[in-house]
Amino acid sequence: MRLPLRRGSAASSEVPTAEILAGYRTLPRVIGGAAILLAVGWILAKGLGDLRQFWTVSLNGITLAALYFVVASGFTLIFGLMRIVNMAHGSLYLLGGYLAFEMQKGWFEKETEGLNLSLSSPAGGASEYDLIGWLVPILLAAFIIGIVGLLIQQVFLRWNQGQDLRQALITIAISVILADQMLAHFGGIAKDIKTPADWPESVTIFGVQYGFFRLVIVTGAALVIGIGLWWLIKRTRFGLIVRAGVDDREMVSALGINIPIVFGAAFFLGAMLAGIGGGLGGTMIALEPGEDASFLLSSLIVVIIGGMGSLGGAAIGALLLGLVDAYADVYLVFGDTDLTNYSILLTFLLLVVVLAVKPLGLFGRPA
Amino acid sequence: MSARLPRTDPITLAVVGVAGLLFLFAPLIFSDFFVSVILTKALWLGIAAASLIFLSSYAGMVSLGQVGLYAIAGFTMANLVAADGGLDAAWSPWLAVLAGIGVAGAVGLLFGAVASRSEGIYFLMITLALGVLVYYFFSQVTQLSGFGGVNNVDLPGLVGNPTDDPSRLFYVTLAASVLVFVFIRYLARTPFGMAMQGLRDDPTRMRALGYNVTLHRTLAFAMGALIAGVAGILSVWYNRRISPGSIALGQTIDVLVIAVIGGLYRLEGAWVGAIFFALLDNYSREWTPDIGNILGPERFNTLIGIVFLVIILVSPGGLVGIWDKGKERLIGALGGGRPRAGPAATEEPPVQEPLEPGPVSR
Repeated sequence: MRLPLRRGSAASSEVPTAEILAGYRTLPRVIGGAAILLAVGWILAKGLGDLRQFWTVSLNGITLAALYFVVASGFTLIFGLMRIVNMAHGSLYLLGGYLAFEMQKGWFEKETEGLNLSLSSPAGGASEYDLIGWLVPILLAAFIIGIVGLLIQQVFLRWNQGQDLRQALITIAISVILADQMLAHFGGIAKDIKTPADWPESVTIFGVQYGFFRLVIVTGAALVIGIGLWWLIKRTRFGLIVRAGVDDREMVSALGINIPIVFGAAFFLGAMLAGIGGGLGGTMIALEPGEDASFLLSSLIVVIIGGMGSLGGAAIGALLLGLVDAYADVYLVFGDTDLTNYSILLTFLLLVVVLAVKPLGLFGRPA
Repeated sequence: MSARLPRTDPITLAVVGVAGLLFLFAPLIFSDFFVSVILTKALWLGIAAASLIFLSSYAGMVSLGQVGLYAIAGFTMANLVAADGGLDAAWSPWLAVLAGIGVAGAVGLLFGAVASRSEGIYFLMITLALGVLVYYFFSQVTQLSGFGGVNNVDLPGLVGNPTDDPSRLFYVTLAASVLVFVFIRYLARTPFGMAMQGLRDDPTRMRALGYNVTLHRTLAFAMGALIAGVAGILSVWYNRRISPGSIALGQTIDVLVIAVIGGLYRLEGAWVGAIFFALLDNYSREWTPDIGNILGPERFNTLIGIVFLVIILVSPGGLVGIWDKGKERLIGALGGGRPRAGPAATEEPPVQEPLEPGPVSR
């Protein structure tokens, strides 16, 4: 095993990367450039034909990307600082969603008299929630998930810092246990968190009607979280330590900074972001077994594309993945041949093109 | 098993001999159920895990894409022979087997080219993403996966009908396992295998010696894909069907669990882990205590997750690692007068504290 782990190994993995790149620079770039041109041309050709549809599809991609970003930002934060690949991230996402769902249902379901309710709510018997009944469960669930993440880090990961393979295996084991326990306690039927009743169904943008929650709340949350994280990392002392820790962990602790506390805080934050993602995703899509694997995969792809540990990379990666997903779902029709169910191949292609040109992702740096 | 017998110590020799006899005469000794559900299943799962251990122990690449690759072999084969669902192309079974393994090897070459420039944990993440993409591909493309899988796959005459007589499929799987084991051991001694082990230990030095690191890693990955392809074919023969659900993330994790339980850096660990897994899968349901909704007969995944966690925490070398340590103690206790006890285990596998950071020599 030769893993880029301890400090001294940084230089040794830097050299090969540069060497490898030197030998393989031109061909992948030519192919990558051609693929990008093809993709843009294809989207333009399809999109200009029906501009309204183009906007809707683009918004689908952007809102999906917003959700991907919220989840993946926590993943990349943990990885960037501690080199821990948290394979339980998808499970934390799903658990956060389930907890929010249970709290909303348990605490905020209104005890209304039968007649009133059936008149006011179109779904017949579906209960209504106000803003508090949506916000409090999601924030509280996210906080609990943060604590769960902190516990995982303190109990299982703290003492084997640096053994990144072993840590990944540990988090895989935890994700297996969590997935099975969630199946036992929350069942296999899809659940979703209800939006507050007084929120509008949709808003109009660029002449198309689009879902209010997806566009305003999820995208807004992603922007707030993105800017907040950027501020935290670039402008605060905590961020300074995190950035220094990414570059040279031993030096930072040699300077007298309490790295274990910083690690704990970062793990708490990263897990909490998965929890917030679970709340948003549970409202926007649904909560069911399998969503944990699906969001682990999207987080993996986002950070592989964007470069592991890079926040900006996560944003770009999420956007690329979301847009490719959305366009491939609709535009993969050529005349009479409908290839939309091959859309996953385009996600694969995205991964291949990015890795061919940049083996460490778009904004990745050697460990 | 056979390749290294002369140099092994008597305890291992005895255990391997007994196990070999048990396997050879298993259909006479055990019930049909045990032969099929435990042994045959363990053998093909063992091959899948062996493809992972082959890459991790000889090339230093821990891949989570092996189930995706074996799924490609399985689905290719199942689509090419007569079956319910899928393309139902009705080729001759053996031709379809070759095609299946060949396609898996080709895709392995492609995946390898994508992932091989990354190392360590990056490699793990990329191969996991690729493996899960294969699952999503087959669940989307119902032309290839049918609705709910490809069923009643046509079997070659050699295998017969496993429901009537499981022993033939058992012997086929046993022969395949032995061949895979011997092949990997042989491969490790070829110049290519030596280069692979050099890459595992010190890629920088190998590059300085003029080896094309990425190419060798890619080829090693493709070789692993061929081995995984064998497991994929056998899994379809065993189940007589293949469905997207059977190659989801859960299966990837099961194969990883088997490899880790057996021992991620010892080839024989693949089958040890697989037998342990198959036994646990079948019999744990009978004795697992029912603790509310948390643990019980229905909660096998929780149990296997806990076992997995304990193994990683306690013995990173897996069961084979525990066995090695126990053996050393035993030999030590019996009096250290034996001249060959010391260097017995020093030949090829890197037994030096697996999962620990490797040497960073410059």
